[in-house]
Amino acid sequence: MRFTKKDILDIESLEPREISMILDTAQGMKEISERPVKKVPTLRGKTIVLFFQEPSTRTKLSFDTAAKRLSADSISISKSSSSIVKGETLIDTAKNLEAMKPDVIVLRHPSSGAPHLIARRVNASVINAGDGIHAHPSQALLDMMSVRGKKGKIDGLNISIIGDIAHSRVARSDITGFSKMGARVRICAPPTMIPFGIEKLGCTVSPTMEACIEGADVIMMLRIQKERQGNILFPTEREYAMRFGLNKARLNLAKEDAIVMHPGPMNRGVEISSDVADADCSMILEQVTNGVALRMALFYLLAGGGRHADSD
Amino acid sequence: MRIRIKGARVLDPGNMDDNKDIIIKDHLIEAIVDPIVDWEETETGTDIEIIDATGLVVVPGLIDIHVHLREPGQEYKETIETGLMAAARGGFTAVCSMPNTTPVNDNSQVTKFIIHRANELGLSKVYPVGAITHGSMGNTLAEIYDMQQAGIVAVTDDGKPLENSNLMRRALEYCKGLEIPIFVHAEELSIADGGSMNEGFFATVWGIKGIPNAAESIMVVRDIALSELTGAHVHFCHISTKESVEAIRQAKKRGVKVTCETAPHYFTLTDEDVKDYNTNFKMNPPLRSEEDRQAVIQGLIDGTIDLIATDHAPHSVVEKDVEFDRAAFGIVGLETSLSLSLKLVHDGFLTLAELVNKMAKHPAKMIGINNDIRPGNIADLTIIDPEHTYEIDPETFNSKSKNTPFSGLKVKGSPVLTMVNGKVVYRK
Repeated sequence: MRFTKKDILDIESLEPREISMILDTAQGMKEISERPVKKVPTLRGKTIVLFFQEPSTRTKLSFDTAAKRLSADSISISKSSSSIVKGETLIDTAKNLEAMKPDVIVLRHPSSGAPHLIARRVNASVINAGDGIHAHPSQALLDMMSVRGKKGKIDGLNISIIGDIAHSRVARSDITGFSKMGARVRICAPPTMIPFGIEKLGCTVSPTMEACIEGADVIMMLRIQKERQGNILFPTEREYAMRFGLNKARLNLAKEDAIVMHPGPMNRGVEISSDVADADCSMILEQVTNGVALRMALFYLLAGGGRHADSD
Repeated sequence: MRIRIKGARVLDPGNMDDNKDIIIKDHLIEAIVDPIVDWEETETGTDIEIIDATGLVVVPGLIDIHVHLREPGQEYKETIETGLMAAARGGFTAVCSMPNTTPVNDNSQVTKFIIHRANELGLSKVYPVGAITHGSMGNTLAEIYDMQQAGIVAVTDDGKPLENSNLMRRALEYCKGLEIPIFVHAEELSIADGGSMNEGFFATVWGIKGIPNAAESIMVVRDIALSELTGAHVHFCHISTKESVEAIRQAKKRGVKVTCETAPHYFTLTDEDVKDYNTNFKMNPPLRSEEDRQAVIQGLIDGTIDLIATDHAPHSVVEKDVEFDRAAFGIVGLETSLSLSLKLVHDGFLTLAELVNKMAKHPAKMIGINNDIRPGNIADLTIIDPEHTYEIDPETFNSKSKNTPFSGLKVKGSPVLTMVNGKVVYRK
């Protein structure tokens, strides 16, 4: 089987067999990070541009580390160092980047659809590292990798996602991805944070946090964005934690071997209590480790042998 | 010099629907005669041009009361000249120009400039619409009487709804005394909240911030109440939701002095058609649900929606070839309106006479002009071929801008000739 996609723009456009292939490849990549010399020459001579137009620490570092472990040359440009601040349009910036012949462009952008806009205009592969409130495919893939690594499968699992679904690109990609791979996804949040028609993406909306968690194999907590607090979606962090925070008592409603995930960065004491965040069932740091392997897999499949050659 | 339009069906609802020949002399309709009458010999000798319109339909000149001509100030998007060439090509003998130019048409100087420029060109006519408030800023009333003296036919702060209800009330009272309508872009901005497409499943899928139906209908309901309070004429622009249609239907039943328009995209497309972040599907109000589209068609059928206008909104690639949420709202409409609207006739929703009412007679009434096809009237006429089938190609547009969602769409029926003041300004 070969990987034929030019870009990774969202989970929607990936077939289940392509998702499986990415996860399998990532599993193989994971071992490289455990070696004393954490570098292979696979992508030597390839150029990867990290084009981040929104603040990011973890995701950018993860992509950068992944590129370097595969010996690709990675170049970072951020909003303040790009010509965007001089009034250049995104398409013009992308075309200029293209003229320098990169193999992969990793784009994070505050506008939904920005990676789709440039993917149509450049020959380089484009990886969406988060666009507006639309998609964050590499995060969903690493979440699926983490679940599969721990549970051995995704099909048939109960996945609970709690938090600001409406403004979360992670939630959209996770709901789409996990339901595509056969999991049963339940979500929960105040109705101010549930977008219209979300059920049609492949999930059910639970009326309470307790109903959402009961019998869960995986609990995924989303970050409550403190910067939205001036907004009108919920009264206070205190009240939010009371209704939707994950604590030990609520965790006990899930299956005994349930795991807890969070895409980070966490607000301890708001959506997740510290004892749960640090408990053995917490996969939060494992997600970060898997993130590097997963992104190595994406680079390999897009820029290495994967996209055109057979890779059984 | 005379012109004889020969062999056509002359359709002027309420006046005539018959196979007649129209004789035009100078800028006027001179006579309407039976096709067999040999006018050339009896009256004029040889000095007559024959326009063979066999199999075609002659109707009163179409009027689009909602057009953004962009001049003065935004000539890179459209000029009065290119806009009026687009109007002529679309079969429109007249348009109303919206005031959101740079500077805003909030004073008689700008009004006079627009009219002067249009007269110079001798294409389709322009009836400017003035701003309600200075700079359309929603604070203080503009000199509406002075603008009316200069030629405006209505006022609006289009695109910038009047949030202050008391100011809206006073504006309505003031305009009532001048007997001109206020055109209302109905949008409650706080609930629209910076959204870019219809709130619904498709906005959720694409991760685009949604604009709920209520953003429109809240303001429709408010301004119906203010029309009832003041007795002034409110005309609602580009109605897109089922709730608005129903509110206006009920208001009309009570005898409130409200009218409304919709645009072809609202009865042709839905939010399901917004794909791949194509900004040519982004306009305000946004494309709504199928249920709303059906309600708009029903409103056209039962007369709740008085007329069709395009909200022709030219934008260059600078505003459109960008991220979806950063792209400007609006699409061009002048050169696709008639073809899209004729589908309502082909689909059996409207008769051709009803469509002519919505595209020619009712708009004329709205702005106080008489475009009946009668001897002695100005010869502003549109000739339509209802059967001509073609594919919409933006590259053929006269408009400077090509931002249409209808590129490649196969349509049936088109304008073939547009006559303004007895002069042919467009011929296919």
